[in-house]
Amino acid sequence: MIALIDYGAGNLTSVRKALAAVGAEVHIPGSPSELDDALGVIVPGVGNFLSTSALGDEWREGILQAVGRGSPLLGICLGLQWLFEGSTEAPACHGLALMSGQCERLEGGDDLKIPHVGWNALQFPRESRLFEGIPEGSQVYFTHSYAAPVTNDAIAVTTHGTPFASGVERGQVFGVQFHPEKSGDVGLRVLKNFLDAV
Amino acid sequence: MLSKRIIACLDVRNGQVVKGVNFEGLRNAGDPAELAARYNVEGIDEVVILDVTATLESRRALADTISAVAKRIFIPLTVGGGIRSEDDAAAAVDAGADKVSLNTAALTNPGLISTLAARYGSQAVIVAIDAKWVEGRALVYVRSGQQGTAREAVEWAREAADRGAGEILLTSIDRDGTRQGFDCPLTAAVSTAVSIPVIASGGAGSLEDFSEVFRDGRADAALAASIFHFSEHSVRTLKELLRSHNIPVRL
Repeated sequence: MIALIDYGAGNLTSVRKALAAVGAEVHIPGSPSELDDALGVIVPGVGNFLSTSALGDEWREGILQAVGRGSPLLGICLGLQWLFEGSTEAPACHGLALMSGQCERLEGGDDLKIPHVGWNALQFPRESRLFEGIPEGSQVYFTHSYAAPVTNDAIAVTTHGTPFASGVERGQVFGVQFHPEKSGDVGLRVLKNFLDAV
Repeated sequence: MLSKRIIACLDVRNGQVVKGVNFEGLRNAGDPAELAARYNVEGIDEVVILDVTATLESRRALADTISAVAKRIFIPLTVGGGIRSEDDAAAAVDAGADKVSLNTAALTNPGLISTLAARYGSQAVIVAIDAKWVEGRALVYVRSGQQGTAREAVEWAREAADRGAGEILLTSIDRDGTRQGFDCPLTAAVSTAVSIPVIASGGAGSLEDFSEVFRDGRADAALAASIFHFSEHSVRTLKELLRSHNIPVRL
């Protein structure tokens, strides 16, 4: 059973559907104690970093404990950003700090619109479990204005003016800035790869 | 590099695609889910379902249509046509829409844009603008292009973006259905005025038209219906042409 965290940041219908399509059994926990039985945890989410503050201390603790037990964790979009220390979008709001660095706003410019909306390519600085079987250069669907820095945890890098981490992996902690549930076959493969880590 | 998006629009009435389709190999060429699946295989980047009747009866059929399409494709799905309230939008989202497109309701009740952006995020809110040139000004029309307003398209697009719209779907009434090409001056005027993506619509007749609207119209995405339905041009052929013109696409 995969725990899909619903903290009110966007609609979960698409994520649920895509997870069902790759054979996952999904449960939306009503309280952090329900994470005890989870084989894996997914934190989705769109919008402002501030909305992650809906995940109070109990949820943070519950999720960190699950990670401590070795349960794989996947952050999607805002969920990836939450894995880092924080974001300049909401400086008072702390991330899980499972990865170091701050998320920052993408820089726009001529013909470089913010938000970054649409299909863009993945480059892989190293091999990873999450992108196993996915060809370099594959395109996935993004919609975001803030992004995580490229650090040693980056397993995929995408460029919109500046390069940012479009995928991260450290131990059993994974994150994708794009929407695997909206990225066609490539996205489904990413979800499948996450399930394989469970 | 961010790809230019190609979006297929399915005009739906009572659960069936209207405007006619003649794809080979489809059991039911009017079935939106079959068509959407076909486009998905061909490499379409997004699908828009437009409810062209938007009566109470068709609303119920619409929810079934959305859900049937959403089961088949894992790419962004937008629903528009007659979304007048938060409840209408919620019904579409609950059925599986990733984005809703507001037209007349956004203009008569601009607060709806912010309400929906707060509830679902800006990425889920598209404001559709139907525009027509009148004495050198691109004016906004509502009620399926039947009723003129005093609003200028560029100024309304800016306001919609400020209120939380995530994208603008810009349709040229002058070009819609003419197959004479997109209205590039209109599209460029709006696209350079806002920082959010602009989807060009209305007038696609040839594959070159798409190349033009991306280059001269500064469009971020282009939407078409009949040019794809009739299988005259496949999505793949279009994207190959665009790539040969150095326009970034997902192939």
